[in-house]
Amino acid sequence: MDDPLPPGRDSAGFGRRRFLAGSASVGVLPIAARAASEPSAAETVRQRHFTKLTINDQVYQLELDDRVSLLDALRDHVGLTGSKKGCDHGQCGACTVLADGDRILSCLTFAAMAEGRKITTIEGLAGPDGHLHPMQQAFIDHDAFQCGYCTPGQIMSAVACVKEGHAKNDAELRDSMSGNLCRCAAYPNIVAAIKQARDQMHGI
Amino acid sequence: MQPFFYERADTLEAATRAMSGRPGAAGDVQFIAGGTTLVDLMRLDVMRPDRVIDINPLRGGLNQIEVTAQGLRLGAMVRMAEAAQHPHIVSDYPVIAQALNLAASQQIRNMASLGGNLLQRTRCDYFREASFACNKREPGSGCAALNGINRQHAVLGTSDHCIAAYPGDLAQALIALDAVIEVTGPEGRRMLPLADLHRLPRDTPHLETNLRPGEIITLITVPAGVWTRRSRYVKIRDRDSYAFALASAAVAIDLDGETVRQARIALGGVAARPWRAREAEAALAGQALDEASATKAAERAFAEASPREHNGFKVALGKATLVRALLETRDMKV
Repeated sequence: MDDPLPPGRDSAGFGRRRFLAGSASVGVLPIAARAASEPSAAETVRQRHFTKLTINDQVYQLELDDRVSLLDALRDHVGLTGSKKGCDHGQCGACTVLADGDRILSCLTFAAMAEGRKITTIEGLAGPDGHLHPMQQAFIDHDAFQCGYCTPGQIMSAVACVKEGHAKNDAELRDSMSGNLCRCAAYPNIVAAIKQARDQMHGI
Repeated sequence: MQPFFYERADTLEAATRAMSGRPGAAGDVQFIAGGTTLVDLMRLDVMRPDRVIDINPLRGGLNQIEVTAQGLRLGAMVRMAEAAQHPHIVSDYPVIAQALNLAASQQIRNMASLGGNLLQRTRCDYFREASFACNKREPGSGCAALNGINRQHAVLGTSDHCIAAYPGDLAQALIALDAVIEVTGPEGRRMLPLADLHRLPRDTPHLETNLRPGEIITLITVPAGVWTRRSRYVKIRDRDSYAFALASAAVAIDLDGETVRQARIALGGVAARPWRAREAEAALAGQALDEASATKAAERAFAEASPREHNGFKVALGKATLVRALLETRDMKV
């Protein structure tokens, strides 16, 4: 977003937010009409301009356009580029992260909606000493990738899959992992890796 | 994606009030819960709200699952995954658990709310690609699917203005069980049979539901019945997991030995809206349930089908899906 800042923007970033939405509504809704509808909205709902995200136990305060997805916030604003953008439409799973331990699609989540949730990305899996998570090690041990682009999403999804108890047998595991596509088709190795990690993950 | 205001609603009253006062501009304001439909369609420029109201702060009051002697009560903000794995839903309402588990991916089931799931928009490619004519997206612009690639489209309940299929699974399970939803809006609460939520496309395919501006689905209720345990959802798709239905059938049966006291049938993947097949139900009442009677019921269900160039297979597939669902439900040990 490289839109120019309007004059008089205050330190809360209030002016920029209003400018962006206002400028796009030209020709759709008269600005006067929009302004008239704003006071009632302001009474009842909060206007947010800064987003505070907790990612891998680190708190970040970000000033974001409302359109920024959690995925873009991670990659472009926080610098955690492990989570990948495949389709940006929730079809491939490359952007999978954990929110309060549940696997979700960061591309279909507006960053502001992630406030108050604990986000874990692939960068947060390894221990503080750099010791790999058993799932990361298992993907290496079983060569569970070719190009590797889907791998961060596969690993995050796989960690949740095991914790959900959906990795008990191959059929259930494959169904549970169907939201993560691998166009190199490393699926047999991914299944083998998850089964190895499953047996090592007790208590993690 | 068009710019918009993101706002949070801390109370139901605030949410419905934020939506009201803007008659004729319903598309301008959208509620967001899981976001799995809305964010996708906003990124495609198919939906272009100028305000998005996040109702997730309401979740605490709308995420209850209650199973009582009277039936099932599901808060509208319950996530699909939560309902799908609830032990009493799995045991007493298997058709609901199966419809949920066979839908989408685990990631999406973790995000999507039940209320939002019922309101998911069609997967018609001509609706989703904004450069095509689509009466649902741009009223009066025409329907590119009529003479386009219409393999995925509906054969029941369509019109000359729209042949888009309703894509969901949960709604079929629920209407087969006579679910009733509670909606809350600027003028208070009302109850609505779920079967009356979705409209037929007719000549106004852009009007998809009978929700009024500002109304939010707040509760889904399913009455108890002897048929709920003997219920099943069969879904046929191009790949074995994470795909929309080509044809599906939700079935619940009250059996007296081999004889059907009452069958409840809803069809998915083949119709413009969640489709209760009452003619098929009537054909089975009082009959011994076997392949012959099931086939006859399936013929009745698709008697009015109107396939286009590429989706004729859905008539045969839909019938076979229903026959299989009926026989498998009959054979359930309950």
